[in-house]
Amino acid sequence: MAETKKPARPLSPHLTIYRPQLTSISSILTRITGNALLVGALLVVWWFVAAATSPEYFAFADAVITSWLGDLIMFGSLWAVWYHTLAGVRHLIWDNAIGLGCGLWLVWPDCGQRAHHLGFVKGN
Amino acid sequence: MRYLTDRKRVDGLGSAKTGTAHFWAMKTSSVALLLLIPLFVFMFGAMLGKPHDQVVAFFSRPLPAIVVALTLIVGFEHFKSGVHVLIEDYVHGMAQKIWIIAMTCLSYAAMAVGLFAIAKIAL
Repeated sequence: MAETKKPARPLSPHLTIYRPQLTSISSILTRITGNALLVGALLVVWWFVAAATSPEYFAFADAVITSWLGDLIMFGSLWAVWYHTLAGVRHLIWDNAIGLGCGLWLVWPDCGQRAHHLGFVKGN
Repeated sequence: MRYLTDRKRVDGLGSAKTGTAHFWAMKTSSVALLLLIPLFVFMFGAMLGKPHDQVVAFFSRPLPAIVVALTLIVGFEHFKSGVHVLIEDYVHGMAQKIWIIAMTCLSYAAMAVGLFAIAKIAL
């Protein structure tokens, strides 16, 4: 019934056409950090499995995760988890249509311009 | 062939009635993680690099064991839903289905393995 036709019409401008902005970079970073956390999460699960297995195996897993490469992944994951958490808090607030104005962020050029375009300037 | 526009074909069919389920699942899990993640980070961080007996003793206690279990359940559920959207945005067709199924399986597998480990440590 519902045969899909490819629309032969121009598509709306997508990511590539826009200049990077504070909000878009922050949104992309939220996605990257959230998904990249899989690596750290799997290492942590492995660490718990090793702790449940034997002292010898735990020593091996713990040594891998506290090696320089493990430290690097854990350090990155720690930053990612806090970034993702705090960005998530902001999304929880934004979901209620609160704080979409710029307030003090008007000092940031992107924000002032964005606020102007979206009509959010009054009532910051 | 029926001469109908796309609009006319779907008129009156209504919505799929499930549009907000994913959004709401992400919202509830993110609020739960807001409490769980700080607890987990400081508990795990304190134990990383510590000797085996100390780690086992710590995670045998009720609160650390329960925090780890909840973080595994809610965290991997949250990841499963999040990576689903990531895949939908960048992968299409059969590859999209395969990736979503694979990442869903991986999420639940990691959750189950982690839960087994913490249960074995705690009990």
